Amino acid sequence: MVPLWFYLVVSAALFAIGAYGALARRNAIAIVMSVELMLNAANINLVAFWRYLNPFEINGQIFAAFVFIVAAAEAAVGLALIIAIYRSRQTVIVEDVNMLKW
Amino acid sequence: MEITWQTIAFAAFAVMTLGGGLMVVLSRNLWHSALFLMLSLFGTSGLFVLLVAPFLAAVQVLVYIGAIAILVLFAIMLTRRMMGLEETQNTQWPAAAAVALVLFLILFVTVSPLVDEQWFKDILGGDKKDGLGQRISTLNADLPVDPDAKDSGVVANEDLNIVTVEAIGEALVTRDGFVLPFELASILLTAALIGAIVVAREDEA
Repeated sequence: MVPLWFYLVVSAALFAIGAYGALARRNAIAIVMSVELMLNAANINLVAFWRYLNPFEINGQIFAAFVFIVAAAEAAVGLALIIAIYRSRQTVIVEDVNMLKW
Repeated sequence: MEITWQTIAFAAFAVMTLGGGLMVVLSRNLWHSALFLMLSLFGTSGLFVLLVAPFLAAVQVLVYIGAIAILVLFAIMLTRRMMGLEETQNTQWPAAAAVALVLFLILFVTVSPLVDEQWFKDILGGDKKDGLGQRISTLNADLPVDPDAKDSGVVANEDLNIVTVEAIGEALVTRDGFVLPFELASILLTAALIGAIVVAREDEA
């Protein structure tokens, strides 16, 4: 069986990729996609630790399922906000949406 | 550790997840980014299968690929004018790359104790156990152990009770289980649903 740290390294790399995307992309939809990548990395970690440390308890899987729920809510609200911004300002470039910046 | 089908499958799914993720972040065409996001999510689903979490793998495909990725595709289509940007990365991308690299290194250093004991010592023929490996062994001391990884103390796939949908559903609605977070999640989803509709709705003037 593949050792635990394989999963941890993949998860760490995926999280770093998502963090880069969230910081460097200009399009707000691309940023939402990067955040989804980071949530996925966290989920890989949760399930891997459940499998390797405590596979006879159900808690780890439930925890990951709640991450799914939060990710779904986050994507729905985030994309709705992006569409609302596009409607009022005709852009989804985050640098152009800086009304709250002083 | 010899190469088994699990190792090969893990490598394939890991490449899928990370390659897809990398293309999400680097692709110049936003539509391609969304499709690569689907590939990456599918790779994650495969990793869940390897971790013996079939329910989560199915939910991953249904919720992430079937709902969230489709939602992203719709959002891209609704903001179509923004697809062909000349510059997809902002001016601070070198700093962002540095932050991401440092983050990865921190995480890697955090898991490196595991790397040492379970991989390189196996390769070099050592059998010393300490740290987390020892703790895994003591946690599962009275349980059958994966014969492929004798010293790791991890329970073998064959000796695992697969967590069924039934068991998860029961855990979600019993008082000793997770009924309160389950109800809170319902409220969160309802609030997100209503909020998304209200925010994205066109003002009827």
